[in-house]
Amino acid sequence: MSATNYISAFCRISSGKVNVNHSIMFADENEESSAAFIKSVYKHYQINYPKFYKMDKLCQLAFVTSELLLKDNKITEKYSKEDIAIVVSNSNSSLEIDTEHQKTISDKENYFPSPANFVYTLPNILIGEIAIRNLIKGENTFFIFDKFDAQFTADYVNSLLNSGKAESCIAGWVDYYEGSYDGFLYTVEKTPGVLGIEHTTEQLNNLYK
Amino acid sequence: MEELINKLKGEIIEQLNLEDVKKEDIDNDAPLFGEGLGLDSIDALELIVLLEKNYGIKVANPADGKKIFQSIRTMAQYIQDNKK
Repeated sequence: MSATNYISAFCRISSGKVNVNHSIMFADENEESSAAFIKSVYKHYQINYPKFYKMDKLCQLAFVTSELLLKDNKITEKYSKEDIAIVVSNSNSSLEIDTEHQKTISDKENYFPSPANFVYTLPNILIGEIAIRNLIKGENTFFIFDKFDAQFTADYVNSLLNSGKAESCIAGWVDYYEGSYDGFLYTVEKTPGVLGIEHTTEQLNNLYK
Repeated sequence: MEELINKLKGEIIEQLNLEDVKKEDIDNDAPLFGEGLGLDSIDALELIVLLEKNYGIKVANPADGKKIFQSIRTMAQYIQDNKK
């Protein structure tokens, strides 16, 4: 029988709301654009990380979601940095910044690709940004799915913890394209933590509605 | 020269997404990298693109970058000397 792992905390940023562990911590449904909303969350929480402004929108969303997730559930202080995994998925990959990059290289007479944009033209860079910020050095993987796959994510992350490849994991779904955004990250631990929800497909589906 | 420096500051703020930085915050002689504005290696590449895109100047030898991008003033001087 496989060991039980737990969703110890979660953060969801979508539809103009920040939901941390079932509490709406910040909301601004009138914000004109998704990018402006993500910036307003960053400013509201007085997160001081100048590199935030250089990130593409997908990474900004992932970064802010991870900051609020880890703010009160400091798994980075509980576990060795090598024992924390990061597993994230989305459906639109890095298409938002890919499109911007494409615009700068499509005209041979006006060919000025931006290096700062180019470095974000892979979706797994968002994992790198979270890892750099928190000095996490554990396993990390990025998947592309049509929609959030609770069963795959639960199975994959449980396998990492049960096989001893990680003691804890930041997992979830971070998607951004054409103004539509959805950041959902949660921590998985072998002990119940703040929320104590069993890390199963059913519970994940309940959490991510 | 002062006009060029002022214009350049605006272009750098925009190109490098230096949110919350105003033109008056940038010291003409302060180092652009490390201390000062605290720019990084990707920013250096962006500055090279900026020179080419806005002023038609190609930095052929990357080793020259250290001298060119020392400060806003050295960058403006380089533009003034090399602008086509």
